Amino acid sequence: MSTVAEAVAARAAASAGPEPLTFAKALTAAMADSLRADDSVVVFGEDIGTLGGVFRITDGLQEEFGEQRVFDTPLAESGIVGMAVGMAMNGLRPVLELQFDAFAYPAFQQILSHVAKMHNRTRGKVRLPMVLRVPYAGGIGGVEHHCDSSEAYYAHTPGLKVCTPATVADAYRMLREAIASDDPVVFLEPKKLYWTKDLVDLEALRAEFDAKPASSEGRAVVARPGTDATLIAYGPTVGTALAAAEAAAAEGRSVEVVDVRSIVPFDDETVTASVRKTGRAVVVAEAAGFASVASEIVARVQERCFHSLAAPVRRVTGFDIPYPPPKLEHWHLPSVDRILDALDDLQWED
Amino acid sequence: MTIPAEAQQAIRSFGISLEDYLLPVHGRVQQIQILDPSGHLLPEDERGSAPGHEYPIPPGEELLEAYRRLVIGRRVNDQNSALVRQGRMAVYPSSHGQEACQVAAALCLSEGDWMFPTYRDSVAVMSRGVDPVEAMTLFRGDWHGGYDPHEHHVGIQCTPLTTQLLHAVGVAHAAKLRGEDTVVLAMCGDGATSEGDFHEALNFAAVFHLPVVFFVQNNQYAISVPLAHQTVAPSLAHKAIGYGMAGERVDGNDAIALLAVLDRAVRLARSGSGPLLVEAHTYRMQAHTNADDATRYRADAEVQAWAAKDPLVRMREYLRGEGVLTDDVEASFAADAEEVARRLREGLGEDAAVDPADLFRFVFTEPTPQLREQAALLAEEVARDDISARDDIPGKEH
Repeated sequence: MSTVAEAVAARAAASAGPEPLTFAKALTAAMADSLRADDSVVVFGEDIGTLGGVFRITDGLQEEFGEQRVFDTPLAESGIVGMAVGMAMNGLRPVLELQFDAFAYPAFQQILSHVAKMHNRTRGKVRLPMVLRVPYAGGIGGVEHHCDSSEAYYAHTPGLKVCTPATVADAYRMLREAIASDDPVVFLEPKKLYWTKDLVDLEALRAEFDAKPASSEGRAVVARPGTDATLIAYGPTVGTALAAAEAAAAEGRSVEVVDVRSIVPFDDETVTASVRKTGRAVVVAEAAGFASVASEIVARVQERCFHSLAAPVRRVTGFDIPYPPPKLEHWHLPSVDRILDALDDLQWED
Repeated sequence: MTIPAEAQQAIRSFGISLEDYLLPVHGRVQQIQILDPSGHLLPEDERGSAPGHEYPIPPGEELLEAYRRLVIGRRVNDQNSALVRQGRMAVYPSSHGQEACQVAAALCLSEGDWMFPTYRDSVAVMSRGVDPVEAMTLFRGDWHGGYDPHEHHVGIQCTPLTTQLLHAVGVAHAAKLRGEDTVVLAMCGDGATSEGDFHEALNFAAVFHLPVVFFVQNNQYAISVPLAHQTVAPSLAHKAIGYGMAGERVDGNDAIALLAVLDRAVRLARSGSGPLLVEAHTYRMQAHTNADDATRYRADAEVQAWAAKDPLVRMREYLRGEGVLTDDVEASFAADAEEVARRLREGLGEDAAVDPADLFRFVFTEPTPQLREQAALLAEEVARDDISARDDIPGKEH
């Protein structure tokens, strides 16, 4: 079904309340609504036009908004990002797709040297409202260079906002907010979540965005309340953390799950409040643990919650290895068992 | 490297052969030149243009204004180099010898057009209207940039090579989508043509059919590495062909030829030609920067040969010969140049007030909670240092 037909259907069913929606379609709807609401929004990248993107996230957008606003580029990531810089300098709001996390690297010079620095080096005279959409992380059996957990590269670069949604509703909400942001945003889309479904009231989300267009920006959320320990996760590992919390509950342990959502800026307030309450924490992330976002979160929590902690903060992360081949990746990715083991290790005997 | 005869024969008939590529020049690189180094107009059939496509000589008042700016540009280059020696600037990449390129780059554009310069294009930036002292902020070191790019439609003076060409492409693309007739001049040097972004920018501009004029100042050296180590193409103008665009090579020390070629390129781009490439064949008379020692990689005889082709000398000779550059006019140009030099000396002679809070102010449109914390930490540190440096506080221990 085309996006146009879908949008019409969605509006017709506006009073019908929550409907099953995939993560992918929530992202498509966020772009369609942004294109509709703001003439300065343009969407481009490799294969995003006629094909609708290799993950079909831009499906139907070119048909609805035309080849001027939604278009394919030559196959050159630095070109895509560099051109977007100029477009953003000249009044547009580019939303660009970098086809795969590990194929974004040719654009790093533009991202690190200009996207991240332009506002600062011009003392705020040049704003770069642009969104770099990156299909991200593992769990889909991708062959070499089709999966990488690249968030630390971006998060370590001052001047970039970095976020990753973990739910269908957040996919819509956070992408609309990213497009509306006047800062450049690296928007990491967990590939393994693209085809997950949830009951979502899209009309309610639209109304929420219209009323408060930055409600989630920079804010973590408690995805599941608990009292005994906190699991801190983002993007692809939030679901795993929730499953681990469910399993822990069966063993009589009440585990809270915090969905970080925004890596930069980081919501110390929500994370700290949770850990001060529970006294124990495990950070769960797919990326290699060494010098990682997970390490940063651990450091921040220990610095802020030391007197509330009953045990050192633990990490469950990917190993410090190049992203593994499809048949081996399940050993690399944080699993429910590995999270439960880490929880068990939080010095409960005292 | 010599190619064996057998291979040469094979290459000649290999698809679109090198011979086809070289066909129009047959080994002789053609370039547009109107004024010879002694300031005399070349005969029309020796100016390098294709028959029927001769370049008209720009009107006299435009040439006089160009000369005025050349004089100012030379003075700016020499003044800034002196200010570096006096420790008033960290570094200055001089365009001494390339002033004709600098001035023509500014003069060929209309007000609504954009210029995307490199670090060596300060004279072009000033010639476009940017305040000289604001243009020098980058090199003085009190911020990474001093002027508002939107004010005169001048991009930042880019130090990562050729990255600005893509920004130029994006500005042109945005303008085209809105139906504006903006032309964008995208500047880079010879060494930069080896970078990947050079390729991506030319290709994007061609594919999207954008009004971008790529202006390559081939000054023969990328710091120490000569052009022969950057490319074996017969000229940099030839590089356009692979992208399906036209390229023109021009004597980069001949202001008249530069103005003629760039004016036409900008007019063509504005009328929908798509992108064009102009290579200016010139010479970097001084070292890369004051931190470089050019005697380590080039002979004095080569430098002297280029000194004889100085862009100011030949323009002056021509204009004096035409009778438009009188002693009075020359004196007034010298006074204009001295005024700019004075502004630079005064502006860069002052120690700019720097505020540590600025470090955090512009990272994002609004500082994050983390940046606010760090700003407070530094403010507290600075306040403590300020108090310990004071001796008028009773009871303060030293």
